[in-house]
Order: sequence, then C-alpha cells, then structure tokens
Amino acid sequence: MSKKKEKSKRSLFEPRIMRRAMWDSVKKLNPVHQIKNPVMFVVEVGSVLTTALFFHAVITGRGEASPGFILQISIWLWVTVLFANFAESMAEGRGKAQADALRKTRQDVMAKRLAKPQRDSGAEMVSSSQLKKGDVVLVEAGGLIPMDGEVIEGVASVNESAITGESAPVIRESGGDRSAVTGGTMVLSDWLVIRVTSNPGETFLDRMISMVEGAKRQKTPNEIALDILLAGLTIVFLLVTATLLPFSIFSVKAAGHGSPVTMTVLVSLLVCLIPTTIGGLLSAIGIAGMDRMIQANVIAMSGRAVEAAGDVDVLLLDKTGTITLGDRQATMFIPAPGVDDHVLADAAQLSSLADETPEGRSIVVLAKEKYALRERDIHALGAHFVEFSAQTRMSGVNMDGREIRKGAADAVETYIQKEGGTFPAEVRRIVDDVARQGATPLVVAEGKRVLGVIRLNDIVKGGIKERFAEMRQMGIKTIMITGDNPLTAAAVAAEAGVDDFLAQATPETKLKLIREHQAGGRLVAMTGDGTNDAPALAQADVAVAMNTGTQAAKEAGNLVDLDSNPTKLIEIVEIGKQLLMTRGTLTTFSISNDVAKYFAILPAAFISIYPALGALNIMHLATPESAVLSAVIFNALIIIFLIPLALRGVKYKPLGAQIVLRNNALIYGVGGLIVPFIGIKLIDMLVTAMHLA
Amino acid sequence: MSGNDVLQIAAYFAVLVLLAKPLGMFMAGVYEGRPSILARALGPVERLFYRLCGIQPEEEMSSKQYALAVLLFSAAGVFAVYLLQRFQGSLPLDPQKFPAVAPDLSFNTAISFATNTNWQNYGGESTLSYFTQMAGLTVQNFVSAAAGMAVLVALIRGFKRHSVNTIGNFWVDMTRGVLYILLPLSVLYSFLLVSQGVVQSFDKYKTVALTQAVTYETPKLDAHGNPVMDSKGNPVTEEARAGGQQIPLGPAASQIAIKQLGTNGGGFFNANSAHPLENPTPFSNFLECLAILLIPAALCLTFGEMVGDRRQGWALLIAMMLVLAPLTFLCASAEQAGNPHFASMGIDQAASALQPGGNMEGKEVRNGIAGSAVWAAWTTAASNGSVNSMHDSYTALGGMVPMLLMQFGEVIFGGVGSGLYGMIIFAIITVFVAGLMVGRTPEYLGKKIEIFEMKMAAFVVLIVNALIKIGTAIAVSTKAGTAGISNPGPHGFSEVLYAFSSFADNNGSAFAGLNGNTVFYNTIGGILMFFGRFWVIIPVLAIAGSLAKKKHVPAGLGTLPTHTPLFVVFLIGVIVIVGALAFMPSLALGPIAEMLTH
Amino acid sequence: MSIKMIKNAVMSLVVLSVLTGIIYPLAITWISQAVFPVRANGSIIMKEGKPVGSALVGQQFGGPGYFWGRLSATAPYPYNGGLSSGSNLGPNNPALLREVRSRIDALQAAGPGNHYPIPVDLVTSSGSGLDPYITPAAALYQAGRVARARGLDKAKVLALISANTAGRFMGIFGEPAVNVLKLNLALDEMKK
Repeated sequence: MSKKKEKSKRSLFEPRIMRRAMWDSVKKLNPVHQIKNPVMFVVEVGSVLTTALFFHAVITGRGEASPGFILQISIWLWVTVLFANFAESMAEGRGKAQADALRKTRQDVMAKRLAKPQRDSGAEMVSSSQLKKGDVVLVEAGGLIPMDGEVIEGVASVNESAITGESAPVIRESGGDRSAVTGGTMVLSDWLVIRVTSNPGETFLDRMISMVEGAKRQKTPNEIALDILLAGLTIVFLLVTATLLPFSIFSVKAAGHGSPVTMTVLVSLLVCLIPTTIGGLLSAIGIAGMDRMIQANVIAMSGRAVEAAGDVDVLLLDKTGTITLGDRQATMFIPAPGVDDHVLADAAQLSSLADETPEGRSIVVLAKEKYALRERDIHALGAHFVEFSAQTRMSGVNMDGREIRKGAADAVETYIQKEGGTFPAEVRRIVDDVARQGATPLVVAEGKRVLGVIRLNDIVKGGIKERFAEMRQMGIKTIMITGDNPLTAAAVAAEAGVDDFLAQATPETKLKLIREHQAGGRLVAMTGDGTNDAPALAQADVAVAMNTGTQAAKEAGNLVDLDSNPTKLIEIVEIGKQLLMTRGTLTTFSISNDVAKYFAILPAAFISIYPALGALNIMHLATPESAVLSAVIFNALIIIFLIPLALRGVKYKPLGAQIVLRNNALIYGVGGLIVPFIGIKLIDMLVTAMHLA
Repeated sequence: MSGNDVLQIAAYFAVLVLLAKPLGMFMAGVYEGRPSILARALGPVERLFYRLCGIQPEEEMSSKQYALAVLLFSAAGVFAVYLLQRFQGSLPLDPQKFPAVAPDLSFNTAISFATNTNWQNYGGESTLSYFTQMAGLTVQNFVSAAAGMAVLVALIRGFKRHSVNTIGNFWVDMTRGVLYILLPLSVLYSFLLVSQGVVQSFDKYKTVALTQAVTYETPKLDAHGNPVMDSKGNPVTEEARAGGQQIPLGPAASQIAIKQLGTNGGGFFNANSAHPLENPTPFSNFLECLAILLIPAALCLTFGEMVGDRRQGWALLIAMMLVLAPLTFLCASAEQAGNPHFASMGIDQAASALQPGGNMEGKEVRNGIAGSAVWAAWTTAASNGSVNSMHDSYTALGGMVPMLLMQFGEVIFGGVGSGLYGMIIFAIITVFVAGLMVGRTPEYLGKKIEIFEMKMAAFVVLIVNALIKIGTAIAVSTKAGTAGISNPGPHGFSEVLYAFSSFADNNGSAFAGLNGNTVFYNTIGGILMFFGRFWVIIPVLAIAGSLAKKKHVPAGLGTLPTHTPLFVVFLIGVIVIVGALAFMPSLALGPIAEMLTH
Repeated sequence: MSIKMIKNAVMSLVVLSVLTGIIYPLAITWISQAVFPVRANGSIIMKEGKPVGSALVGQQFGGPGYFWGRLSATAPYPYNGGLSSGSNLGPNNPALLREVRSRIDALQAAGPGNHYPIPVDLVTSSGSGLDPYITPAAALYQAGRVARARGLDKAKVLALISANTAGRFMGIFGEPAVNVLKLNLALDEMKK
C-alpha cells in the first residue's frame, strides 16, 4: 500500500498558513476569545494596563517611570499575547488548509433518487443537499457519490482519493465488509445502488472537516486538568505580585528611603512569572496533535481519543495484515505416500495458474523456484479454471479429463469421498503436523487421489518483532487476535514476539477479552474493519476503524485510518504519548524559567529600597530598566522559539517511563533553569548596546 | 559549625529514622484494626467509648460525611475552649485567681488549639488557669492531632480502596489515634519529663526568697492607677524592689508531652520550651525535640505499609529528609557564625570546649546552638511551633530557614497527619507533571489523577498561599497591623510575614517580638488558622472520596514509578519551586534584604 | 442523620475531655507527686528550711562577688518568674547592640583589667529570661573577679565551678552548663 503522504505533509511554516495565522492572531485579541485562555488573558490585561500607564505618563508628564520604558514594556506584552495567538493560529491554520481541501470535495451534486431500491425503478434528479437518511440513489460510472451510504446493489470501482489520498481505486459492493461508501468519492466503473445513511451536514466528510478545523474541538480531560494547574499557578503569582505593592510601600517606610515598586514593573514581573510559555502554546499543542494524526492519515473523531491513545495498556492486533503479511505463502510441497513430489508440484502449479490470489501466486512461484516448473499459459493448455466458491471451498482446474482440486483438508476430504476415494490417514497426519507448526495446510487432489499437501506459511512482517519489543518497553502489552486454531496461533505469536494471543477469535470472545482487560483497569486499543468488529470497537478505549471498513465499524471507532493500515495503531500510540509529553515538558520548562526571571526583576524592583539587594543581580544586567525589559522580551521570544516544538511535538523514543522522565527532566527542567539566564543576559547586552534602556 | 554541632544534628536524624519504622508499622496496625497487646488491653475502653457516644463503629462514611464529622467535632472543640477561657474565673483549679480571658484572645486561642496550630497570644503562666490548660488545651492537643491523623488515614483508604463510596469512620479513626497512639506515648513522655524537672502539680505558684533583691524602675501611678507624666509629657518612674521570685507550677508535663508529640506546640509557659521548667535539661530537650518529628516521620511509613508498598512511604520520608537536613545544617551554621556586629565589640562567639559560641541572643545555654537550631528547623518543618529559643533573635539567614520551612506549605513532615496529606497533595501534582512528561495520563498508587483531583490539589496549594499573602498585605498596610511590629527595618517585615505563614500553615511558632495580642491580630489570626486548616481538610477528603470511587490501575513498565530516587528528586523540585518561587519576592524584602544589609 | 452526628461530636468531645483533660493529667500528677516529689514541684532549693530558689530557674545577680547569669528580658524586672520572655530583638536592632554594649561596660566596670574576650552568652539575653545556666567559658571569665572580691583562692572557685557544671546528655546532646544560682549559693556557703 503506497502511502500518499505528500498531500497532507505540509512544511511547518507554509507561507500561506503563516499569513493567515498572523491576521488571525490579531483577531484573537478580542477579550471574548482571549478569556478562554486565562494565562494569556492576564497578559492581555497587563498589556492594556501598561498602555494606559504609558498614555498617563505622556499626558500628565508625571508617569511612574519614563514613558519610553513603559511603552517598550507595553509593546512587548502585546507581542507576547500576539505570539501566543500566532502559535494557536498556526496550528489551526494547518487544520484549516486540510479542511479546505476536503471541503472542495463536498460539492453539491445532482443525484438520481430512486423510487424503489432497484436499479431500474424510476429515478428523479435531486440535489444532494435534499437527500435524507434512507433515500436510495443510483450512481453510475463517472458520477460522484452524493452522500455517505451503503451499497445495496452492484459492484463498482471507486476512487476515494479525495478522502484518503490513496489514488488506487477500491472495490465497493453490496453485502459484506466493503459496502460502505463515502460522499464525495467517485464511481469509476459500473454502477452502484446506494442507500443514504446520513442526513446532510452529518456525513463522515462533514465530521472530518469540523474535526480538522478544530471547530468542534473540545478540551480533553487531561488538558483541562493542566489548565486548572496553570490557572492555579497564575493566581498564586497574581497574589505574589499584587501583594508586592503593599509590601514595598511598607518596606519604603521601614527602610526610610527608596520608592515603591512601579505598576509597570509589577505587571512585567507577573507576566514573566505566570506560565505564559505553556499557557501560550497549550492549545497549539492540542491542535498540532490532531494535525499529526491527520498527517499520519488518521482522523480522530475526538481529541480525547488521541490522548487516550497515549495511555493504552493493551493493544489488540489482528494477525493477518498487521503481524503477518496479509497473505500466506507456499513454502513446501509435501507429497502423500507413494506420490512423487514432482507430480504434486506439477498439479499444484496447474491448479494455481489462474488463481490470482497471493496464495495462488506463491504456489506458482514455489513450483518454479524449487522444481524449475515454468509458468504455463492456462489458455494455451486448454484448461478450464474452477474458481473458489463458498459451497465447495476449493479451487482447481479441469483439463484433458484431469480434475485437479486444492482446498482445506476437510473440504478435499468431502470431495474425495464424493468421488468414491478415501482420504489417507498419512495425509491427515501431515495436515496436523503442518498446522502444529503454525502453517496452513492445503490439500491437493486429482480425481479421487490425494496427491499431497501444500504448506502455506504466515510470513511475519519484517521488523515487527522489534516494534513489539519497543511496545513492551513502553509498558504496552500486545495481543494477537486470529481465527486460527490455538496451535497455529501459538507458533505465529512466538515468531512475532507478541505477549499473548487469542485464537479462534469470534466477535464475542474479542469483546470479552476487551472487557476483562478494562475491568482490570487497563486501556485497550484495537483496530477493526468489519461490521462484526463493531461491538468490540465500541467497547475499546481507542478504536481505529479502517476507512475501507463498513459504516458500522467507522461509527463504532473513535479514530479512522484512511490508509486502512492495521500497523498504524502503533503510530497512533506514539502520537498520543508525544502529545502528553509535549505538554508536560513545556510546563516544566515554563516554570523552571521563573527562577532566572526572579534574579533579573527582583533586584531591579527593590534596589531603591534596599541597595544591598543588588547582590542578587547575578547576571550583572546593566540597569534596572534593561533587566526588566530583557526578562519581558525573553518571555515573549521564547514562545516563538518553541512554536516548532509545540507543533512537531517532543521527540518520542520508546523507553521506560523512568528513563524518559530523567531525560526530559534534564532537558526541559534543568535546561529551563539555565537557558533564561543566558537568554536574558544576551538580550540585556543587545538592549544596552541599542540604548533602549 | 563545630564537630559536636554536626555530630549532634546527625544523631538527631539517626535516632528519628531508627524510631520511625517500628512506630510507623504499629500505627498502621492501629488504623487497620489489627490485634495487638495494646488493643486487647484498651479494647474495652474503646468499645465503652463508642457506647457512651452512640457511635456505630462499623458504619462507614462517605467523604462528605467524614468532612462533616471533622468540622462538627472541631467546631465543638472551638466552642468548648472559648467557653472555658471566658468562664475560667468561675471554674475550679484556678489557684492564681486568673480572671476570664478577653473575648478576642479567647477566640484566637480556641481556634488556635482546635486547628492544631497552637499559636500563643497568651502567656500561659500569667493568663490561664490549670483547668483551662487541662480541660481545654490539653484535650485539643490530643484531639486536633488525632483528627489530622484520621484525615490522613481516610486519604490513604482512598488510594487503597477501589470502586467504593466510603473512606472509613471518623469517630473510630480519631478515637483509635487518641487511645492507642497519642495517649500511651504521652504517658511515657510525661514521666520522663517529670524525671527531668518539668513541673506537674496542682499547687499554686511558689514564692522563693531572692539571694539578691532586684530593684527596677516602674512607671509611677497616681491614685486612680493612671501613669503620672512630668512637665514634658514623659511618664515618671519610681524605684521598685522585688525580693522574691515566683516559681510557676501546674500540670505541665502531661500537657507538654502531647504538645510535642501531637505537633501542637502551645507552651504551658510563655517562653514555651525555652522555659527551664518546661524543658530543663539536655535530655528533656532531646526527648521533646525528637517528639516533634516522631509521629510525622513514622506516619510516612504507616502510609507505605497501609497502601501495601513500603517503598512509597520511604520515598516520601526520604524526600522530606532531603529537604530538612540541609536546611537544618544551614540554620545551625548561620547561628553558629554569630552576629557580625559583635565581632568588633570584643565578644567571643567562637565555639570551643567551654562554650558553644554563636548567636546566643534568645537561646538557652543548655541547648546551645545545635540544640536550638535543630529545634527551630524541626518545629517549623513539622507544624509544631513550639520553640526552645527565640526565632525573632535569629540571624537573618538562620531565621529565614524556619520561615521557609513553613512556606513550603507544612509538607516537610508537617503536622501529624496534616503534613503527610499535604505532602501527598504535592505528590499528586508532581505525578501529574511527571506523568505528562513520560506521555501517560498520570496515576499515583494505581489511581488515575484527573480533573477533579487537580482542581482540589491546585486549590490546596493556592489557598494557603493566598491566606499568607493577603494577610501579610493587610497587616503591613494598616495601622493596627504595623503597630505590633517590634523590630526596625526588614526584620519588622519578617515578623509579620512569619506570623501569617505560621497562621495559615497552622504552625504556631512566631517571631515573638510581634505583639500579637491585639484585637487585630487575634481576629485575623483566628480566621486564617481556621481557613488554613479546614480549607485544606475539605479538599483532601474530597480527593479521598474521589480516589476511592476509582478503579485500580495495575502498574506496568509504562507507569511512572513513584518510589525511585528520580521521583523523589522531582517531588522535591516541585515543592521547592512552588514553595520558594511564590515566596521569593516577599523573602527578598525580609530576611534576604536583612542578610545582605549589615 | 446530621442531628446524630452533632450528638456524636459533642459526646466524643465530652468523653475525650474527661479522659485526656481530667483523668490523664490527674493520674500523671498523682504518680509524679509520689515518685518525683521535688522535681514535680519546681525543684525548689531549701536553705535553713526556707525556699531560696529553684535549681532550674535563674536569678538576677550583680556586683563583683557573685557570678552573673545571662541577661534577662522579662518584664518588668529581670528574672521575673511570673512571666517568662526573651528580648526578641533582631540581630541588627540597635536596641540589641545598646543592651550588649551596656552589659560589656558593666562587666568591665565590675572586673577591671579583664581583657579576655567576653563569652557571648554573658552579653546576650536568654530565650526564657530565666536561664539558670552560663557556659563554662562565662564562668571562667568571671572566676578571677569573684575570687578577688571574695578573697578566695581562685583554684577553689574553679573547683566550685566544675562541681556545679552539668555535662551533655550521652556526651552528645546539649551543652555543658554551669548553674549560676547553685554556684553562688555554694560560694555563700563557703564564706561561713
């Protein structure tokens, strides 16, 4: 499956998005919007206050400090708010760009509404916006599917690239797991009769657009909890600075000289102390997390799902397609007693020449590699291919009076008995042996004679074992789900290195397994595509539905993988973890920064009262004004510097919690202590050189 | 610091750790109702108690009911102590004939003792009758401590239980705390203290003849008892002579034992444990100082034992130790360095075999520098608040240590019970931030930390902070507030800041130069002590209830372990940053300015 | 329900008050009076059948012939046993420096010619204002003056000092301390 990532992969600072973000960040200054982010709202109030102080100073000429100083502080405070808004707008802009692309596909098209759910019943032309749930429409080759729906008649190839970015057409047909179609996709060949399954405005595409746009983005529980902590810290620092005014007035009296701390300095101190870095970037981080999902071609139906992905304890993975290559491959021909292995190989090859399934192809390849049997043209041989059918559960070939069949052991046994032959006990033993080794036996027979067994092996995907080892490091338990018998399942599980497996899985046993783990307090993630997966998907905490899957599966899941790639689950977990980590590290960084800011601002604020406090000016900042200004500038600039980190997310490595914490604590905690000392000093040197303060 | 200073401080810590473990395990047994010799001996008393009070010990309480019980019980305590003071003149056991205590002081003292703060605006030997001390203060020393421990135990149950709505029975937890833990230890302590010379008597004060009579100046009073002024308006003084000395008595040892053990700290006498009849010898000082931290330290291990993972208890104990030990040494070395002004006055402040040297102002010779500094650090680390030296006379840096220890939120040991539940609140915040850093919704001891817990935790941190800041701001901005200040310059600011830190964090120690026995300080202090206690207890119990309802999440490789050195360091970082950051500006105007200005 | 809780609260307080506020202190007092009759009653020193002080409470001494104790900040006069208190003067407080200066002057006036550095406990107030002890250094500093004033052999005075010095607990905790009242009483005893 080719990943068409080009479409959704945007460079971090795409000029078009940046332009729109700049304008948006100004619009977001509206207090009605700003108050949703208490930390930045406090900064905005501070900006207004200092602006007022500036005008007061200019007009009365008796300002609390020089107008130039107040003005500069005021400007930088406004800039701080704008930077934070810009970060949010950037993140939103990326979503909006994606939404615009999607919206283009949501055109109003004319649809043929059928009176009855039959192709030849009378049709009337209506606008897609008039279609309601339950209507039946006909879409023919070259037509756009007007609404989400379910195929009730017909088979057709459909181009779904508008949604998935995947240009190769997919087959959609009535019944089974490939019956769901999405509005906005195009029928390439044949025709489909579709029953509409959603009302206008509620289609999958609509939901997708609103999700990526962030219009319906609700704060996740974790984000709210962090918000509360940040709001708490903001109030603490608000109290710290607000009470400094009476404290300093008292201290002036106690010391007998000096002047109380100015409002400008107090506002500066407040803005520097409250966690503006994380406060300004918090919503950007959340949106960017969704955006990374989109880049991975996964649509999250809620932000909560993305976050929960980071917490997953148990991963349920389908064997086929996820752990093993989707298809089994022939690895050995085992002849029945008294049969030459070349005869078996020849028969196996003949029966598979017209078999286009990957298993069939692999038999031809094995015959060629092991027995040097060239591939023959089935038509030149005058052979008639017998297709696999649900009744016989065999496929084969008829030629020159020969009837060659291959199929599951019990199907072939039934066939042999009908032909009047007997199924040799020896072959039965071979069949059992093969199954025990974790492979699938396919019995080949000619007429009433059993020729032997083809061994089909599951091929475990390269690198998957390492992936599972990583998962284990992260504390995630992997469970393989398979319909195979326990013997086969155990063998594949061992080879793939999963922690556990569920053999002979049915929708009921899957559901039971999920509930058991959840009862033990664990979060379970799974992928699914079929309608029969729906109950399990609905039960799982993180449920990834394949986009190729049925409508029921998509409704039940909280994430939809547009690539329909079952391995994606692992990527989703990483994105979820990255999201939480980015929040945590930036919070730590933000708070650690405060130490340096104290050393910059406190001596500046109180030096007129207690000159000895100049000893705290360990950075040797030039003047009290330059010290305060430098701290404020640093505080604003750090937001801009960290936007890329917020959007990209902290680098995630699959290591134990202990090591991850140590690394991040060193980088963002200790780093957060040191960086501002350097940054503020450098800015102070610049400010002094430019004679700004 | 001298070699003996270091040895003495190290020995204090060593003995503390040695005793913490057995006591911690014993207390876990008490609260879990495990059988023991003591339980068999006192079991009938416990059951009699329930019968008398109409308590069904099996009845479990929700967090709301539990909180209501704590509040009602404490309210009853406030009323009782208030009334005892107001009517002490008409009550028995008042040999000194002390009259009723003033209403504002009674209010302050009642809340002070019911909240386990034990701020003293009264002078014990000159204000309170024996009966008030016994039936009012001693009782509250027991029950306020037991209530704090009960709340802690309820919180522990929140972690331990899952998918239930109840967190235990307050009456049972409180009764057991008194009966099996506080009372037996207090009996033992009382006798040890009397053996050292702490008084325990119902006689009235003894008067002894002085070897040398003291003459002193006293304001001359006219016939109406008003001071006589000279022509310039200055009071006229006359010579007075004191030929005898009062030796105060009272049921002191029994009260001092529980005052030290229950992190209460309200002294029997005005000078608290600096008073030679409250703390006469180096051995009594050792016992009393050890008692300050004994139960708070042991409770950490009780916690580990009760949640089923002893390492969790050790982790918290070690985190506390790692903050306290350096600060204790810092305080001791600052005091040992002495007063820089004395250097030029021909005064010998150097430690030698013949004297401890150092800053001896406000300290007792028998306690010296190390014995005083350890006490100062421990009494403020724990929310005990008793003193054996006068913190107001400490050097700037030495005095900043106790102030800072309170401002950490009384979680470095803290009050019995209350300190550890405060510490657990900080652990929850730490787990939240650290959990995010490792990419997982945070969980602590198998319980997910979610919106509700963060709301309550943030409130706890915020409220105490707010009370201190706002209280100090009001005091330094009003005449009534600044009137109480006794020292000039930044030290005066320190006095006020210290007082409000002590109120809000329920410590009870003071920079005692501040004249707190005024209507202003009595009232505002009472209010702050009340909020500082119950606005923490209520959210803590709410967290307990919320945790108890949650499912238990089994730990995996992806779970952040909370017993490792890394977590301990991270936890300390959060406490120091939240504590120190919020107070650095105010400290800069107090002790830091004082330290840098000579 | 709530009524029941109020009843529980009041009753618990009453019953616990009886237990911890009456039974407990009474029992401790009763046993202490029996086992430690002197110590439980203030460690009073009797001289000729009259109480002359407590071994644990300091007294004010002046003049060259007595050992002086710590400064005492109790009001209204020093070593007021009825109201213990420290000076609560901050280290930078000019009032503290004045107190110290006047004490130095007083010491030098009482014992002129003593140019040894003055041990710090002799010029500072104790926390209680009732400190019965001084350091051995402070006692030695005054030994010469007292011996001269009383016309005693200095060695005898030194012997008395060491007889009235208490050591550390277990050799570690606390500080060696000289009991001023006992020492002075012993000096007066020798005179006879």
